Amino acid sequence: MNLTGIAAIIIIIVTAGLMLLFTALHLRRPPAWRDIPAFTRLRRAVGLSVEDGTRLHFSLGRSSLVTPGSAASFAALSLLQKTAELTMVGDRPPVVSSGDSSLTILTQDTLHSAYQTAGAGSQYDPLSAQLTGLTPFSYAAGAIPLIRDEAVSGNVIMGHFGPEIILLTDAAERTNAFNVAAAADLPAQAVLYASAQNPLIGEELFASGAYFNAGPMHHASLRVQDILRWLIVAALVGGAIARLTGLL
Amino acid sequence: MKLRGVITTSLAISAGLIVLLGALVPMDLLAALRTELLQWAVLVAGFAVLVGIVNLLVVHLAKIRNKKGSGYSLLLVVSLLASLVVAIFSTPQGTGSRLLFDGIIQPVEASLMALMSISLLYASMRLLRHRAGLLSIVFIATAVILLLGAAPLPFGEIDILHYVIAPFIEQVPVAAGARGILIGVALGALTTGLRILFGADRPYGGK
Repeated sequence: MNLTGIAAIIIIIVTAGLMLLFTALHLRRPPAWRDIPAFTRLRRAVGLSVEDGTRLHFSLGRSSLVTPGSAASFAALSLLQKTAELTMVGDRPPVVSSGDSSLTILTQDTLHSAYQTAGAGSQYDPLSAQLTGLTPFSYAAGAIPLIRDEAVSGNVIMGHFGPEIILLTDAAERTNAFNVAAAADLPAQAVLYASAQNPLIGEELFASGAYFNAGPMHHASLRVQDILRWLIVAALVGGAIARLTGLL
Repeated sequence: MKLRGVITTSLAISAGLIVLLGALVPMDLLAALRTELLQWAVLVAGFAVLVGIVNLLVVHLAKIRNKKGSGYSLLLVVSLLASLVVAIFSTPQGTGSRLLFDGIIQPVEASLMALMSISLLYASMRLLRHRAGLLSIVFIATAVILLLGAAPLPFGEIDILHYVIAPFIEQVPVAAGARGILIGVALGALTTGLRILFGADRPYGGK
Protein backbone atom coordinates (compact mmCIF):
# COMPACT_ATOMS: atom_id res chain seq x y z
CA MET A 1 0.00 0.00 0.00
CA ASN A 2 1.33 3.47 -0.85
CA LEU A 3 1.71 6.39 1.56
CA THR A 4 -1.46 8.15 0.32
CA GLY A 5 -3.53 5.01 0.95
CA ILE A 6 -2.14 4.62 4.49
CA ALA A 7 -2.78 8.33 5.23
CA ALA A 8 -6.35 8.03 3.89
CA ILE A 9 -7.07 4.97 6.06
CA ILE A 10 -5.66 6.73 9.16
CA ILE A 11 -7.74 9.87 8.48
CA ILE A 12 -10.91 7.80 7.97
CA ILE A 13 -10.33 5.72 11.11
CA VAL A 14 -9.54 8.79 13.26
CA THR A 15 -12.58 10.66 11.90
CA ALA A 16 -14.86 7.66 12.44
CA GLY A 17 -13.52 7.15 15.99
CA LEU A 18 -14.02 10.80 16.89
CA MET A 19 -17.53 10.79 15.45
CA LEU A 20 -18.50 7.76 17.55
CA LEU A 21 -16.90 9.30 20.65
CA PHE A 22 -18.70 12.63 20.26
CA THR A 23 -21.98 10.89 19.47
CA ALA A 24 -21.69 9.08 22.82
CA LEU A 25 -20.74 12.31 24.62
CA HIS A 26 -23.56 14.25 22.92
CA LEU A 27 -26.14 12.09 24.69
CA ARG A 28 -25.00 13.71 27.95
CA ARG A 29 -24.34 17.28 26.79
CA PRO A 30 -25.71 18.61 23.46
CA PRO A 31 -23.42 21.27 21.94
CA ALA A 32 -24.32 24.86 21.07
CA TRP A 33 -23.34 26.18 17.63
CA ARG A 34 -22.65 29.67 16.34
CA ASP A 35 -25.61 31.41 14.75
CA ILE A 36 -25.90 30.99 10.98
CA PRO A 37 -28.62 33.48 9.90
CA ALA A 38 -29.61 31.41 6.83
CA PHE A 39 -30.60 28.44 9.05
CA THR A 40 -32.47 30.67 11.52
CA ARG A 41 -34.45 32.19 8.64
CA LEU A 42 -35.06 28.79 7.08
CA ARG A 43 -36.49 27.51 10.37
CA ARG A 44 -38.80 30.54 10.44
CA ALA A 45 -39.78 29.95 6.78
CA VAL A 46 -40.66 26.33 7.61
CA GLY A 47 -42.96 27.49 10.42
CA LEU A 48 -44.56 30.16 8.24
CA SER A 49 -45.21 27.73 5.39
CA VAL A 50 -47.12 25.46 7.78
CA GLU A 51 -49.10 28.38 9.20
CA ASP A 52 -50.15 29.99 5.91
CA GLY A 53 -50.74 26.76 3.98
CA THR A 54 -47.94 27.21 1.46
CA ARG A 55 -45.13 24.83 0.57
CA LEU A 56 -41.35 24.79 0.34
CA HIS A 57 -39.56 23.85 -2.85
CA PHE A 58 -36.29 21.94 -2.59
CA SER A 59 -33.89 21.83 -5.51
CA LEU A 60 -31.23 19.19 -4.88
CA GLY A 61 -28.89 19.65 -7.83
CA ARG A 62 -27.81 17.20 -10.49
CA SER A 63 -25.18 15.02 -8.92
CA SER A 64 -25.15 11.35 -9.80
CA LEU A 65 -24.78 9.11 -6.76
CA VAL A 66 -21.58 7.55 -8.10
CA THR A 67 -19.70 10.87 -8.34
CA PRO A 68 -17.88 12.81 -5.57
CA GLY A 69 -20.50 15.57 -5.74
CA SER A 70 -23.05 13.20 -4.21
CA ALA A 71 -21.98 14.16 -0.65
CA ALA A 72 -23.63 17.56 -1.10
CA SER A 73 -26.82 15.84 -2.29
CA PHE A 74 -26.79 13.50 0.73
CA ALA A 75 -26.41 16.49 3.08
CA ALA A 76 -29.35 18.17 1.34
CA LEU A 77 -31.40 14.95 1.63
CA SER A 78 -30.85 14.95 5.43
CA LEU A 79 -32.22 18.50 5.59
CA LEU A 80 -35.12 17.53 3.32
CA GLN A 81 -36.01 14.59 5.59
CA LYS A 82 -36.04 16.80 8.69
CA THR A 83 -37.94 19.63 7.00
CA ALA A 84 -40.48 17.23 5.49
CA GLU A 85 -41.18 15.81 8.97
CA LEU A 86 -41.73 19.36 10.28
CA THR A 87 -44.03 20.46 7.44
CA MET A 88 -46.06 17.25 7.33
CA VAL A 89 -48.70 18.83 9.58
CA GLY A 90 -49.29 21.58 6.98
CA ASP A 91 -51.67 21.51 4.01
CA ARG A 92 -48.92 21.35 1.44
CA PRO A 93 -45.86 19.15 1.91
CA PRO A 94 -42.62 20.12 0.13
CA VAL A 95 -42.04 19.58 -3.57
CA VAL A 96 -38.57 18.56 -4.76
CA SER A 97 -36.79 18.94 -8.08
CA SER A 98 -33.54 17.28 -9.10
CA GLY A 99 -31.43 16.83 -12.20
CA ASP A 100 -30.41 13.20 -11.82
CA SER A 101 -32.72 10.21 -11.96
CA SER A 102 -31.03 8.18 -9.20
CA LEU A 103 -31.21 11.26 -6.95
CA THR A 104 -34.91 11.58 -7.78
CA ILE A 105 -35.49 7.98 -6.66
CA LEU A 106 -33.60 8.63 -3.39
CA THR A 107 -35.64 11.81 -2.90
CA GLN A 108 -38.86 9.82 -3.27
CA ASP A 109 -37.56 7.32 -0.71
CA THR A 110 -36.57 10.13 1.69
CA LEU A 111 -39.99 11.80 1.42
CA HIS A 112 -41.77 8.47 1.83
CA SER A 113 -39.66 7.76 4.90
CA ALA A 114 -40.52 11.20 6.37
CA TYR A 115 -44.24 10.58 5.79
CA GLN A 116 -43.99 7.20 7.50
CA THR A 117 -42.09 8.70 10.46
CA ALA A 118 -44.89 11.26 10.83
CA GLY A 119 -47.49 8.44 10.64
CA ALA A 120 -48.91 9.71 7.35
CA GLY A 121 -47.50 7.16 4.91
CA SER A 122 -50.74 6.96 2.92
CA GLN A 123 -50.61 10.69 2.08
CA TYR A 124 -47.28 10.38 0.30
CA ASP A 125 -47.38 11.47 -3.35
CA PRO A 126 -44.48 10.12 -5.46
CA LEU A 127 -44.90 13.03 -7.88
CA SER A 128 -43.77 15.49 -5.20
CA ALA A 129 -40.23 14.46 -6.18
CA GLN A 130 -39.64 15.38 -9.81
CA LEU A 131 -36.85 14.91 -12.30
CA THR A 132 -36.94 18.20 -14.21
CA GLY A 133 -34.15 17.59 -16.72
CA LEU A 134 -31.02 15.58 -17.35
CA THR A 135 -28.63 18.33 -18.51
CA PRO A 136 -27.64 21.30 -16.28
CA PHE A 137 -29.70 23.87 -18.18
CA SER A 138 -32.73 21.66 -18.86
CA TYR A 139 -32.80 20.84 -15.14
CA ALA A 140 -32.71 24.54 -14.23
CA ALA A 141 -35.31 25.41 -16.88
CA GLY A 142 -37.59 22.63 -15.62
CA ALA A 143 -37.24 23.68 -11.97
CA ILE A 144 -38.12 27.35 -12.62
CA PRO A 145 -41.90 26.72 -12.98
CA LEU A 146 -41.87 25.02 -9.55
CA ILE A 147 -40.15 28.10 -8.04
CA ARG A 148 -42.76 30.36 -9.70
CA ASP A 149 -45.68 28.28 -8.38
CA GLU A 150 -47.76 30.68 -6.29
CA ALA A 151 -48.16 28.07 -3.56
CA VAL A 152 -44.39 28.02 -2.96
CA SER A 153 -43.33 30.41 -0.20
CA GLY A 154 -39.68 29.39 0.06
CA ASN A 155 -36.92 27.70 -1.92
CA VAL A 156 -34.08 25.59 -0.59
CA ILE A 157 -31.53 25.26 -3.40
CA MET A 158 -28.90 22.91 -2.05
CA GLY A 159 -26.66 20.22 -3.52
CA HIS A 160 -24.24 19.89 -6.40
CA PHE A 161 -24.65 22.64 -8.99
CA GLY A 162 -22.63 24.52 -11.57
CA PRO A 163 -23.05 28.17 -12.52
CA GLU A 164 -26.58 27.37 -13.79
CA ILE A 165 -27.65 27.86 -10.16
CA ILE A 166 -27.99 31.56 -11.06
CA LEU A 167 -31.12 30.74 -13.11
CA LEU A 168 -32.73 29.20 -10.01
CA THR A 169 -31.70 31.91 -7.52
CA ASP A 170 -32.71 34.61 -9.99
CA ALA A 171 -36.16 33.05 -10.46
CA ALA A 172 -36.51 32.77 -6.66
CA GLU A 173 -35.55 36.44 -6.20
CA ARG A 174 -38.15 37.52 -8.75
CA THR A 175 -40.95 35.81 -6.85
CA ASN A 176 -39.89 37.57 -3.62
CA ALA A 177 -40.03 34.18 -1.90
CA PHE A 178 -37.58 33.25 0.84
CA ASN A 179 -34.56 31.41 -0.54
CA VAL A 180 -31.49 29.75 0.89
CA ALA A 181 -28.81 28.35 -1.43
CA ALA A 182 -25.69 26.24 -1.03
CA ALA A 183 -23.44 24.32 -3.41
CA ALA A 184 -20.28 22.27 -3.12
CA ASP A 185 -18.86 23.52 -6.42
CA LEU A 186 -16.62 26.65 -6.21
CA PRO A 187 -17.94 28.58 -9.26
CA ALA A 188 -21.49 27.93 -8.07
CA GLN A 189 -20.62 29.28 -4.60
CA ALA A 190 -19.27 32.50 -6.16
CA VAL A 191 -22.45 32.84 -8.20
CA LEU A 192 -24.78 32.23 -5.29
CA TYR A 193 -22.89 34.67 -3.06
CA ALA A 194 -23.89 37.36 -5.55
CA SER A 195 -27.38 36.15 -6.31
CA ALA A 196 -28.92 34.30 -3.36
CA GLN A 197 -30.82 35.91 -0.51
CA ASN A 198 -29.24 33.58 2.06
CA PRO A 199 -26.09 31.91 0.73
CA LEU A 200 -24.31 29.15 2.63
CA ILE A 201 -20.60 29.12 1.85
CA GLY A 202 -18.21 26.16 1.98
CA GLU A 203 -18.77 23.59 4.70
CA GLU A 204 -21.91 25.35 5.99
CA LEU A 205 -23.82 23.16 3.53
CA PHE A 206 -22.80 20.09 5.54
CA ALA A 207 -23.87 21.67 8.85
CA SER A 208 -27.59 21.72 7.99
CA GLY A 209 -28.31 18.40 9.73
CA ALA A 210 -26.79 19.58 13.02
CA TYR A 211 -28.64 22.91 12.90
CA PHE A 212 -31.94 21.11 12.28
CA ASN A 213 -31.29 18.49 14.97
CA ALA A 214 -31.22 15.57 12.56
CA GLY A 215 -29.55 13.43 15.22
CA PRO A 216 -26.53 13.20 17.55
CA MET A 217 -24.30 11.90 14.74
CA HIS A 218 -24.83 15.17 12.83
CA HIS A 219 -23.69 17.19 15.87
CA ALA A 220 -20.72 14.88 16.30
CA SER A 221 -19.69 15.15 12.65
CA LEU A 222 -19.78 18.95 12.83
CA ARG A 223 -17.59 18.92 15.93
CA VAL A 224 -15.14 16.51 14.25
CA GLN A 225 -15.00 18.78 11.18
CA ASP A 226 -14.00 21.68 13.45
CA ILE A 227 -11.25 19.60 15.11
CA LEU A 228 -9.89 18.33 11.78
CA ARG A 229 -9.93 21.85 10.36
CA TRP A 230 -7.79 23.12 13.28
CA LEU A 231 -5.41 20.18 12.79
CA ILE A 232 -5.07 21.04 9.10
CA VAL A 233 -4.49 24.72 9.96
CA ALA A 234 -1.78 23.68 12.47
CA ALA A 235 -0.17 21.40 9.88
CA LEU A 236 -0.19 24.13 7.22
CA VAL A 237 1.27 26.77 9.56
CA GLY A 238 3.79 24.26 10.96
CA GLY A 239 4.82 23.27 7.43
CA ALA A 240 5.25 26.91 6.40
CA ILE A 241 7.37 27.65 9.49
CA ALA A 242 9.47 24.53 8.94
CA ARG A 243 10.02 25.54 5.30
CA LEU A 244 10.97 29.10 6.32
CA THR A 245 13.44 27.90 8.93
CA GLY A 246 14.95 25.33 6.60
CA LEU A 247 13.75 22.26 8.48
CA LEU A 248 11.84 20.98 5.42
CA MET B 1 -36.64 -0.66 12.41
CA LYS B 2 -38.67 -3.07 10.25
CA LEU B 3 -37.08 -6.12 8.59
CA ARG B 4 -37.00 -4.33 5.20
CA GLY B 5 -35.12 -1.45 6.82
CA VAL B 6 -32.61 -3.82 8.42
CA ILE B 7 -31.94 -5.54 5.10
CA THR B 8 -31.57 -2.32 3.05
CA THR B 9 -29.35 -0.74 5.73
CA SER B 10 -27.12 -3.83 5.97
CA LEU B 11 -26.80 -4.08 2.18
CA ALA B 12 -26.00 -0.37 1.80
CA ILE B 13 -23.41 -0.36 4.60
CA SER B 14 -21.75 -3.57 3.34
CA ALA B 15 -21.56 -2.27 -0.24
CA GLY B 16 -20.17 1.06 0.96
CA LEU B 17 -17.52 -0.61 3.12
CA ILE B 18 -16.44 -2.99 0.33
CA VAL B 19 -16.10 -0.12 -2.18
CA LEU B 20 -14.16 1.99 0.34
CA LEU B 21 -11.82 -0.83 1.37
CA GLY B 22 -11.40 -1.90 -2.27
CA ALA B 23 -10.15 1.59 -3.10
CA LEU B 24 -7.70 1.74 -0.18
CA VAL B 25 -6.52 -1.78 0.64
CA PRO B 26 -4.47 -3.53 -2.09
CA MET B 27 -6.22 -6.93 -2.02
CA ASP B 28 -7.26 -8.65 -5.25
CA LEU B 29 -10.52 -9.98 -3.80
CA LEU B 30 -11.59 -6.56 -2.50
CA ALA B 31 -10.62 -4.86 -5.77
CA ALA B 32 -12.62 -7.41 -7.77
CA LEU B 33 -15.65 -7.04 -5.50
CA ARG B 34 -15.38 -3.24 -5.73
CA THR B 35 -15.27 -3.32 -9.54
CA GLU B 36 -18.26 -5.68 -9.62
CA LEU B 37 -20.29 -3.46 -7.26
CA LEU B 38 -19.44 -0.32 -9.22
CA GLN B 39 -20.55 -2.04 -12.44
CA TRP B 40 -23.85 -2.93 -10.75
CA ALA B 41 -24.17 0.71 -9.67
CA VAL B 42 -23.67 1.89 -13.26
CA LEU B 43 -26.32 -0.60 -14.44
CA VAL B 44 -28.78 0.51 -11.76
CA ALA B 45 -28.05 4.18 -12.58
CA GLY B 46 -28.79 3.41 -16.25
CA PHE B 47 -32.12 1.85 -15.31
CA ALA B 48 -32.80 4.83 -13.01
CA VAL B 49 -32.65 7.12 -16.06
CA LEU B 50 -35.60 5.19 -17.52
CA VAL B 51 -37.48 5.52 -14.21
CA GLY B 52 -36.66 9.25 -14.17
CA ILE B 53 -38.00 9.75 -17.69
CA VAL B 54 -41.22 7.95 -16.73
CA ASN B 55 -41.44 10.30 -13.70
CA LEU B 56 -40.99 13.32 -16.00
CA LEU B 57 -43.68 12.02 -18.35
CA VAL B 58 -46.17 11.26 -15.56
CA VAL B 59 -45.65 14.69 -13.92
CA HIS B 60 -46.33 16.50 -17.19
CA LEU B 61 -49.28 14.27 -18.15
CA ALA B 62 -50.79 15.17 -14.75
CA LYS B 63 -50.23 18.87 -15.51
CA ILE B 64 -51.97 18.46 -18.88
CA ARG B 65 -54.92 16.78 -17.14
CA ASN B 66 -55.11 19.59 -14.54
CA LYS B 67 -54.70 22.26 -17.29
CA LYS B 68 -51.94 23.84 -15.16
CA GLY B 69 -49.17 25.06 -17.47
CA SER B 70 -50.56 22.53 -19.93
CA GLY B 71 -49.16 24.21 -23.07
CA TYR B 72 -45.52 23.74 -22.06
CA SER B 73 -46.22 20.27 -20.68
CA LEU B 74 -47.88 19.20 -23.92
CA LEU B 75 -44.88 20.52 -25.86
CA LEU B 76 -42.54 18.57 -23.56
CA VAL B 77 -44.46 15.31 -23.92
CA VAL B 78 -44.72 15.64 -27.71
CA SER B 79 -40.98 16.51 -27.98
CA LEU B 80 -40.04 13.61 -25.72
CA LEU B 81 -42.01 11.10 -27.78
CA ALA B 82 -40.80 12.58 -31.08
CA SER B 83 -37.15 12.38 -29.90
CA LEU B 84 -37.73 8.78 -28.85
CA VAL B 85 -39.16 7.87 -32.28
CA VAL B 86 -36.30 9.65 -34.10
CA ALA B 87 -33.66 7.94 -31.90
CA ILE B 88 -35.25 4.51 -32.43
CA PHE B 89 -35.43 4.85 -36.23
CA SER B 90 -32.18 6.73 -36.91
CA THR B 91 -30.12 5.28 -33.96
CA PRO B 92 -28.67 7.66 -31.32
CA GLN B 93 -25.68 8.44 -33.60
CA GLY B 94 -27.75 8.76 -36.79
CA THR B 95 -28.53 11.84 -38.88
CA GLY B 96 -31.95 12.41 -37.31
CA SER B 97 -30.62 12.33 -33.75
CA ARG B 98 -27.71 14.60 -34.70
CA LEU B 99 -30.09 17.05 -36.36
CA LEU B 100 -32.18 17.13 -33.16
CA PHE B 101 -29.07 17.71 -31.05
CA ASP B 102 -27.36 20.28 -33.30
CA GLY B 103 -30.53 22.06 -34.38
CA ILE B 104 -32.54 22.22 -31.16
CA ILE B 105 -30.81 21.06 -27.98
CA GLN B 106 -27.46 22.79 -28.51
CA PRO B 107 -28.90 26.22 -29.55
CA VAL B 108 -31.39 26.16 -26.66
CA GLU B 109 -28.63 25.35 -24.14
CA ALA B 110 -26.44 28.08 -25.67
CA SER B 111 -29.31 30.56 -25.26
CA LEU B 112 -29.66 29.58 -21.62
CA MET B 113 -25.89 30.07 -21.21
CA ALA B 114 -26.26 33.60 -22.61
CA LEU B 115 -29.19 34.22 -20.29
CA MET B 116 -26.96 33.07 -17.43
CA SER B 117 -24.36 35.75 -18.21
CA ILE B 118 -27.02 38.47 -18.18
CA SER B 119 -28.43 37.10 -14.91
CA LEU B 120 -24.92 37.16 -13.40
CA LEU B 121 -24.43 40.79 -14.38
CA TYR B 122 -27.83 41.70 -12.96
CA ALA B 123 -27.08 39.78 -9.73
CA SER B 124 -23.79 41.65 -9.27
CA MET B 125 -25.64 44.95 -9.64
CA ARG B 126 -28.23 43.82 -7.10
CA LEU B 127 -25.60 42.62 -4.61
CA LEU B 128 -24.80 46.07 -3.24
CA ARG B 129 -28.50 46.74 -2.71
CA HIS B 130 -29.06 43.43 -0.88
CA ARG B 131 -25.91 43.14 1.18
CA ALA B 132 -24.18 46.48 1.23
CA GLY B 133 -20.90 45.95 3.07
CA LEU B 134 -17.16 45.67 2.75
CA LEU B 135 -17.25 42.03 1.57
CA SER B 136 -19.67 42.85 -1.25
CA ILE B 137 -17.47 45.74 -2.39
CA VAL B 138 -14.38 43.47 -2.33
CA PHE B 139 -16.32 40.80 -4.27
CA ILE B 140 -17.38 43.20 -7.04
CA ALA B 141 -13.99 44.98 -7.19
CA THR B 142 -12.19 41.61 -7.54
CA ALA B 143 -14.57 40.49 -10.28
CA VAL B 144 -14.08 43.77 -12.20
CA ILE B 145 -10.26 43.67 -11.86
CA LEU B 146 -10.04 40.03 -13.01
CA LEU B 147 -12.40 40.74 -15.90
CA LEU B 148 -10.40 43.77 -17.04
CA GLY B 149 -7.18 41.78 -16.61
CA ALA B 150 -8.39 38.90 -18.79
CA ALA B 151 -10.83 40.37 -21.31
CA PRO B 152 -9.70 41.45 -24.81
CA LEU B 153 -10.19 45.22 -24.59
CA PRO B 154 -10.59 47.45 -27.71
CA PHE B 155 -7.63 49.64 -26.70
CA GLY B 156 -5.34 46.71 -25.81
CA GLU B 157 -4.62 45.13 -22.45
CA ILE B 158 -3.85 47.19 -19.35
CA ASP B 159 -0.34 46.00 -18.49
CA ILE B 160 -0.46 46.50 -14.73
CA LEU B 161 -3.79 44.68 -14.48
CA HIS B 162 -2.88 41.93 -16.95
CA TYR B 163 0.63 41.13 -15.70
CA VAL B 164 0.73 42.19 -12.04
CA ILE B 165 -2.56 42.68 -10.21
CA ALA B 166 -4.77 39.98 -11.80
CA PRO B 167 -2.13 37.19 -11.52
CA PHE B 168 -1.40 38.21 -7.90
CA ILE B 169 -5.11 38.08 -6.99
CA GLU B 170 -5.52 34.71 -8.72
CA GLN B 171 -2.40 33.11 -7.26
CA VAL B 172 -2.52 34.42 -3.69
CA PRO B 173 -5.90 35.41 -2.16
CA VAL B 174 -8.11 33.49 -4.64
CA ALA B 175 -6.03 30.29 -4.51
CA ALA B 176 -5.80 30.45 -0.68
CA GLY B 177 -9.52 31.11 -0.26
CA ALA B 178 -10.47 28.39 -2.76
CA ARG B 179 -8.25 25.84 -1.00
CA GLY B 180 -9.75 26.79 2.37
CA ILE B 181 -13.28 26.32 1.03
CA LEU B 182 -12.35 23.04 -0.68
CA ILE B 183 -10.79 21.67 2.54
CA GLY B 184 -14.02 22.53 4.39
CA VAL B 185 -16.13 20.87 1.68
CA ALA B 186 -13.87 17.78 1.69
CA LEU B 187 -14.21 17.42 5.47
CA GLY B 188 -17.99 17.81 5.18
CA ALA B 189 -18.08 15.17 2.43
CA LEU B 190 -15.96 12.80 4.55
CA THR B 191 -18.23 13.03 7.60
CA THR B 192 -21.36 12.78 5.41
CA GLY B 193 -20.00 9.57 3.86
CA LEU B 194 -19.16 8.14 7.28
CA ARG B 195 -22.65 8.95 8.61
CA ILE B 196 -24.08 6.88 5.76
CA LEU B 197 -21.63 4.05 6.48
CA PHE B 198 -22.66 4.14 10.15
CA GLY B 199 -26.31 3.98 9.10
CA ALA B 200 -27.09 7.30 10.82
CA ASP B 201 -28.28 8.78 7.50
CA ARG B 202 -30.42 6.38 5.49
CA PRO B 203 -31.58 8.12 2.31
CA TYR B 204 -32.49 4.71 0.87
CA GLY B 205 -35.63 4.48 3.01
CA GLY B 206 -34.24 2.33 5.78
CA LYS B 207 -36.30 3.96 8.53
